[in-house]
Amino acid sequence: MLLIAASALPFFISDYRTFQFTLVISYAITLLGLNILTGYNGQISLGHGAFFAIGAYTAAIMMDRWDLPYWSTIPAAGLTCLIAGFLFGLPALRLEGLYLALATFALAVATPQILKYKGIEHWTGGVQGIVIVKPPAPFSLPISPDKWLYLFSLATAVVMFLLGIGILRGRVGRALIAIRDHPTAAAAMGVNTALYKSLTFGVSALFTGVGGALSALAIQFVAPDSFGFFVSISFLVGIVVGGLASVSGAVYGALFIQFVPNVADHLSKSAPWAVYGVFLIAFMYLMPTGVAGALRMIWARLSRPR
Amino acid sequence: METFMHQVLSGLATGGIYASIALALVMIYQATHLVNFAQGEMAMFSTYIAWSLIESGLPYWGAFAATVVISFVMGVAIERAIIRPIGSRSELAVVVVFIALLVIFNSVAGWIWTYSLKTFPTPFSAAVIPSSKYLSTHEIGAMLITLVELAALYGFFRYTSLGLAMRAAALNPVSSRLVGIKVGWMLALGWGLAAVIGAVAGMMVAHVVYLDPNMMAGILLYGFAGALLGGIDNPGGAVVGGFIVGVVENVLGAYVIGTDLKLSVALVLIIGVLTLKPSGLFGKTIVTRV
Repeated sequence: MLLIAASALPFFISDYRTFQFTLVISYAITLLGLNILTGYNGQISLGHGAFFAIGAYTAAIMMDRWDLPYWSTIPAAGLTCLIAGFLFGLPALRLEGLYLALATFALAVATPQILKYKGIEHWTGGVQGIVIVKPPAPFSLPISPDKWLYLFSLATAVVMFLLGIGILRGRVGRALIAIRDHPTAAAAMGVNTALYKSLTFGVSALFTGVGGALSALAIQFVAPDSFGFFVSISFLVGIVVGGLASVSGAVYGALFIQFVPNVADHLSKSAPWAVYGVFLIAFMYLMPTGVAGALRMIWARLSRPR
Repeated sequence: METFMHQVLSGLATGGIYASIALALVMIYQATHLVNFAQGEMAMFSTYIAWSLIESGLPYWGAFAATVVISFVMGVAIERAIIRPIGSRSELAVVVVFIALLVIFNSVAGWIWTYSLKTFPTPFSAAVIPSSKYLSTHEIGAMLITLVELAALYGFFRYTSLGLAMRAAALNPVSSRLVGIKVGWMLALGWGLAAVIGAVAGMMVAHVVYLDPNMMAGILLYGFAGALLGGIDNPGGAVVGGFIVGVVENVLGAYVIGTDLKLSVALVLIIGVLTLKPSGLFGKTIVTRV
């Protein structure tokens, strides 16, 4: 039902709005990835902007330098990030809580500099970045590229969310939560914590990379300075506002980080970030389960038999 | 050799700034076992306050003193109002609140003072401190200020009863409370002092890197690296670590990797120290019993 409404959406709104909702979808996939790591597995990452950047750059480089079709970039971006995330997750295994936050914080701050590095300039385009062309609709369908990309992203999102739900509902999901809540007990129960934790890092990066690739397709441009530290922060805002350890929270969080800054932008250039900060603190104190948790609570209260 | 000496010495000069930030981080870590991600932005905000005071006609050292007082009050207020209520919650909650503070300080500074670069004056005149072959007047002055500050802190913690009480509160809160130390206020005091150290570092570095709301992101990272290298539970170690990071960063930047990858040095250092020797050079190794 929701899915039908979501697929019909672009035919009622302008191309620009469609573009915005495509970004929402890419953020939702990213936030789901971050939520698997931080919400479900309890590993705090402040550096997911880096994986978002890797995904976006993979897509851009494949399309611009190698002339590969746009749809092939999505699995490639996911795979690249899976490997990158797994490799970063290996040393991260030894770090807990605040220290992991610190290491990933450093990753986030250093990302733009690494992307500007001269040695990889012929791939990344250096400071200028890469411009890519928005793919037209296939089979000469009579819809605009924006609307087609939206539908393509929506289909990707459906696959990714089903995958995410599949991971979280089963054995693996229970193992992840057990590791978050009591690592020692989880290990005693026979959960291979080291393997699960680094794999979770990889899978989380995979989702984020897919989100990054979709956003690169939508924006048609990647450059080092669009992947600064604040991108990672906005993802953190997204999962906190949407709801930690909740699949639907990713969607609310994505809507929040796409549209609230736009509204706040009318006040002042720096207003969106002040708003983000205030929201972060307010949610942590008043609504630690986020929008998803609040909706669940309201629903439970309404449906309770009197 | 000449240029090498120059790189090492100016590395020591910036290392002093990193050492201050590292020390501020360690102070808060020792008292509360929290890593303050907002430390750099608090320092940046204090520096802007100093800039406004100087612009409004105050002499440099007057503005300096006023900023120190304001930063102290700000640090105490943040601890009492925001950190205290969240302290006992999960680590994630704490990290989120620190990040929120970082973002708020950054954007409010941008809001009030705009994002354009501003020059920040130096208090040291070449007449009093002549610049040497290797170091500029400001670099020597900043180093002196840092050393004086460190000595003052050492004296405070080592020889005053208030300093003793603060150390006790950090080491063993329960027993400290039993002997009549107000542990809560000691933590707030620690936050105030950390804010002051950050503010001084900010005012010293602003002359070099120019004043801008994002000026502290890299410096905070180096501060983290210094604190971790020296051992995050060891104030003296953190200071040494800060100086080492300053020299390493400068020498590597000049000879090996170039200036455009300097931040990655901090990233590699942080991850390297955390994975290879999490306790740092001078820290205690913590053994957890299960």
